[in-house]
Amino acid sequence: MEQAIGGALFLCGAVSVLTTGGIVAVLIVETVAFFREVPLAQFLTDPQWTPLFVDKHFGILPLVAGTVLTSAIAILVAMPAGLLSAIYLSEFASAKVRGAVKPLLEILAGIPTVVYGYFALLFVTPLLQQVIPQLAGFNALSPGLVMGLMIIPMVSSLSEDAMYAVPQSLREAAYALGSSRLQVAWRVVAPAACSGIAASLLLAVSRAIGETMIVAIAAGQQPRLTLNPLVPVETLTAYIVQISLGDTPTGTIEYKTIFAVGMTLFLGTLGLNLVSLWLRERVRERYA
Amino acid sequence: MRRTVAGSRSRERLFRAMAVAALAMALGALAVLLIDALLDGWPRLNWPFLTSFPSRKPEQAGILSALVGTTSLMLLTAAAALPLGVGAAIYLEEYAKTHWMARLIEVNVANLAGVPSILYGLLGLQVFVRALGLGRSLLAGALTMALLVLPILVLATREALRAVPVSIREASYALGASRWQTIWHQVLPLALPGILTGSILAFSRAIGEAAPLITIGALTYIAFLPDSLTAPFTALPIQIFNWVSRPQKGFFVNAAAGIIVLLVVLLVMNGIAVYVRQRFQKRLYL
Repeated sequence: MEQAIGGALFLCGAVSVLTTGGIVAVLIVETVAFFREVPLAQFLTDPQWTPLFVDKHFGILPLVAGTVLTSAIAILVAMPAGLLSAIYLSEFASAKVRGAVKPLLEILAGIPTVVYGYFALLFVTPLLQQVIPQLAGFNALSPGLVMGLMIIPMVSSLSEDAMYAVPQSLREAAYALGSSRLQVAWRVVAPAACSGIAASLLLAVSRAIGETMIVAIAAGQQPRLTLNPLVPVETLTAYIVQISLGDTPTGTIEYKTIFAVGMTLFLGTLGLNLVSLWLRERVRERYA
Repeated sequence: MRRTVAGSRSRERLFRAMAVAALAMALGALAVLLIDALLDGWPRLNWPFLTSFPSRKPEQAGILSALVGTTSLMLLTAAAALPLGVGAAIYLEEYAKTHWMARLIEVNVANLAGVPSILYGLLGLQVFVRALGLGRSLLAGALTMALLVLPILVLATREALRAVPVSIREASYALGASRWQTIWHQVLPLALPGILTGSILAFSRAIGEAAPLITIGALTYIAFLPDSLTAPFTALPIQIFNWVSRPQKGFFVNAAAGIIVLLVVLLVMNGIAVYVRQRFQKRLYL
């Protein structure tokens, strides 16, 4: 009896490994099938992505450019805002302010992404168009900004955890040498927590790269090799959504493209997540 | 000396001002977002909107099939994910803490939590929709969502299990209870509020997810209620996405009204989670 239960519980745990295995297997099988028809060199270097046109091109670069552009805008918003609020909350704010602000910030991470998409398309874009008249209705800028808003709590709370883990003795030593509070925060705590802060930023970038609905709603569906944030672009994720909404028959090259795109997305986010995990482990070892 | 102290004071004030400005910007944007959706959608939010099916005409369209779809989807997801997640967490915390397999599962769960949700959709599409032949059904959607929430559920349950004092387990063993008896009669009841809170929060994240459901091919236009596990379905975030992507302005109002409904559902779920935590944890740990 005891052993049977142990076995059953083990199987529950194994489901998570099977899930990872399943994702990898599904991506590999269809991606291999994709590369039987499209040479890898074309995939990596062709500047056009037009699988739905008569003149088909399978260059991933435009989708990667769209993803990088929106994610870069997001991190440009989230990094300063997240780090400032992390330093403030961990080193300056009173317990009362901290207790009030942290849950409010967490709300930002809990809002469904379709809601952010609505906000980007119908509020932020029209607002920005009054300042930047040449801004297109679909663009990389406003979903990027809104995505940045969404990942602020991620940067803020993980960086704060990292700063919280810095031993109090370091702070006291710096105060004893006559440092001001800002100097302690900026020159002692932040550098000591820098691996953890970097880990939080990488995780936030990974989240932005994998984010789907905001860009699918507000960035457009035009794969374009550009770094201009004012014109419509398409991200890796938005392309998968675009194909999924249509009736693409199984086995066609169009169907296989979403798995090749998914594989690109998987490798990118996995790389960032692993580096982030490694950085966090390093922090733990250093101060454990 | 006095000048440097004054300088560091004013620099500190400048930093504080910048930090408060950053926080105010983030929270202000949150407020604007909520108010914007509320103002846009409020006039449209009425009883017929909640009890009508989608329609080609924006002013006649309603959210009934999406609301029922989301509810049944979440109940099914919970039925599939809860036993698996809690089981996996018990295995990791109570059975095989040091076993290499436990370490593998642990690293794996941490990694899974960082996989973009749309990739779960691709997995669901190939495995549940195609290989298992479930089609674009409620069941395929629920199983996909179950895999998506599993890592969050495992992490939350492990935390709840870890919060149960070791002394309780030792007392139970000392009285001659077996490992499973100890878990079932002592550890789980104590950890239950934590598990419940964690799972409600995990499911409230899943409620807002549209990407994996779109990828497995959930439909956006459903003018009937799902009557079986294999029925096609739609859900609140998909319906909102559909309305936002229409060119006609009339549908934007519907999207905003749908957003209000979705946010209210989330608010209620989070409220329940907070209530469970406050109410039961106090009673159990004091």
